[in-house]
Amino acid sequence: MDNLAVSGSLRNRLVLTLIGGAAILALLLFFAVRNYAVQVAQQGQDNILAASATSMLDAATIRDGAVELDLPYSAFSMLSTAADDRVFYAVLQDGEFLSGYEELTFSESQPFQSDQMRGSGVRKISASRTLIGANRRTELQIVLAQTQDALSETLDRISRNAALLGIGFFALAVALSFWATSSTIGQLGKLTTSVTRRGPQDLSPFTKPVPREMVPLVSSLNSLMGRLDQSLSQSEDFIAEAAHRVRTPLATVRSYAEATLQRVEKEENREAMRSMVKAIDESSRAAGQLLDHAMITFRADHLERDEIELVDLVRDLIQRMTPIAEMKDLSISLLGDPCVPYLGDPVLIQNAVRNLIDNAMKYGPAESSIEITVSKNPGPRITICDHGPGFPTNEIETLTTRFQRGANAKDTIGSGLGLTIARDVAMAHGGGIDLENQPEGGACVTLSL
Amino acid sequence: MKFLLVEDNQDLANAILSRMEMAGHVIDHAENLEDASAFVETGQYDLILLDIMLPDGDGRTFLEQHRASNLNTPVIILTARSQVSDRIGSLDLGADDYVTKPFDHAELEARCRAVLRRKFGNAKTTIEVGGVVFDPVAGHLTVGGDAVMMRNRELRLLELFLNAPGQIFSKSKLADRLFSYDDDVSENAIEVYIGRLRKHLSASNVRITTLRGLGYRLDHDG
Repeated sequence: MDNLAVSGSLRNRLVLTLIGGAAILALLLFFAVRNYAVQVAQQGQDNILAASATSMLDAATIRDGAVELDLPYSAFSMLSTAADDRVFYAVLQDGEFLSGYEELTFSESQPFQSDQMRGSGVRKISASRTLIGANRRTELQIVLAQTQDALSETLDRISRNAALLGIGFFALAVALSFWATSSTIGQLGKLTTSVTRRGPQDLSPFTKPVPREMVPLVSSLNSLMGRLDQSLSQSEDFIAEAAHRVRTPLATVRSYAEATLQRVEKEENREAMRSMVKAIDESSRAAGQLLDHAMITFRADHLERDEIELVDLVRDLIQRMTPIAEMKDLSISLLGDPCVPYLGDPVLIQNAVRNLIDNAMKYGPAESSIEITVSKNPGPRITICDHGPGFPTNEIETLTTRFQRGANAKDTIGSGLGLTIARDVAMAHGGGIDLENQPEGGACVTLSL
Repeated sequence: MKFLLVEDNQDLANAILSRMEMAGHVIDHAENLEDASAFVETGQYDLILLDIMLPDGDGRTFLEQHRASNLNTPVIILTARSQVSDRIGSLDLGADDYVTKPFDHAELEARCRAVLRRKFGNAKTTIEVGGVVFDPVAGHLTVGGDAVMMRNRELRLLELFLNAPGQIFSKSKLADRLFSYDDDVSENAIEVYIGRLRKHLSASNVRITTLRGLGYRLDHDG
């Protein structure tokens, strides 16, 4: 996880896409509502303006050959608004200005126009009527303009509401997109949790139902784990088979050598047989420890911690080693705290302690004792002391390196891997190994976890 | 004691058989699981030595069936596989102990003794010679009715002599039986153990005679 390159985040990408989409939709909604409202409101004003202009033109007559226009009250009253909008008008006869506001002009392109007048926006309309008198026709035109204060107030109100609507929509969409994202990502999270929760030895396929889109991922994960499982069990079988192939003939040779030793009388032949047995022991021990070391390296990389009781573990080991210890009349005693619970790999710790007891039994003289102390303070630790020659003081630093044996170990069978195994196990559990010589003689090894 | 050995390697089996017979045990040999089942059905055994990789199956399957049918004959597994990975499985299936091939025959004997002692306690078989009563399983020695405390090496030395009264053992033969090959023990150590043994046996009619240049022999009067 730590050394994986991260390319963006699915969650962010989804959230941003959804929120971006929602923002665009909200803006569109706002503008659509506002535009529509503007159109509707404008149309209302236009209709009133048109009606007002028409009623003004209706009031125009020709009397005695002159145009007479008495602007009707109703024409203005219908224009009155809540915002006290001002109304401007201009009356033109055949294009000549007759009355009203002279600056009010109208270009003939559209029936309604928006314009600026005296500092405020106005809406203008022009209507004309042909008056037919006794001897002439005259064209009467009225330009009517109204400020748009009331309209813009209405538009402001509508815009506000449309904006509120848009914001509400946006907020709802954001909430929805977070929910949708986390429920989608949640499926990935569930898969991650179930992968993480598995022990390092668990390579069984996933069987829990997953969403259809994740099926290809999970099925390739399953097939990967299947292959891994297969190759792991193959190499395990291979190691077991290799050990079997090597050890069985060694066992036969050793048995023959031992049996022959019982019959042979000549001392030089006996010595040769003894050397043979020693060599067989040495090679089989080395093979065993090499396999153990390989297994320990593998297990230490995939450390699986179980609840174990160190005192019970050591007691079991002592029980198992006692028959061998008795052959040399060695006594093994267990000291220390009555119970030392620990979270660790029992197989690894067992192997480490077994190697250390093995060493103590090899180097301890006959009829001596081996003391094993299991204590929980200052941290869980197992100390194994013998009454043998102790470590050569100048080599105490290098003894835990692979295949390194003490200078005084010439006559003892060993591969030099025992301390390495113990050290590797301790280090895998975050501890270490300490070698020291007791003042009254004998070696002490402390495995701290 | 009556043992059953289940082992397909004929050479190894022969070596175990001769060694066990030398130690005074009666031992039957089965080369595969089928024979082993037949032996177990017809005979009564005190201990089974069981190989794991057999031509007709896994020794652990046999052990499982054996335990499932409520037979509690102790079983020691002979395994050539990696010690660590097999240990847990074998002991969980009901094996009493295991040895890893190639094994020291003295170790196998020691383990057999330990298992038998755990299972049967004492007084299963005793050797009686000239006022000496010896229980090799429990490791008890009584001389003239009094119990004698002995160390393991002394017991094993005595057992060697008691199993073959009248036979002459050279110092080096005794040393090879008594010490493991990685002990660097001089044959003079044998004299120390012989001396202790003589002291333990002083109140009995049994004595260990020194034959100059040849070795030692156990003799008894009556």
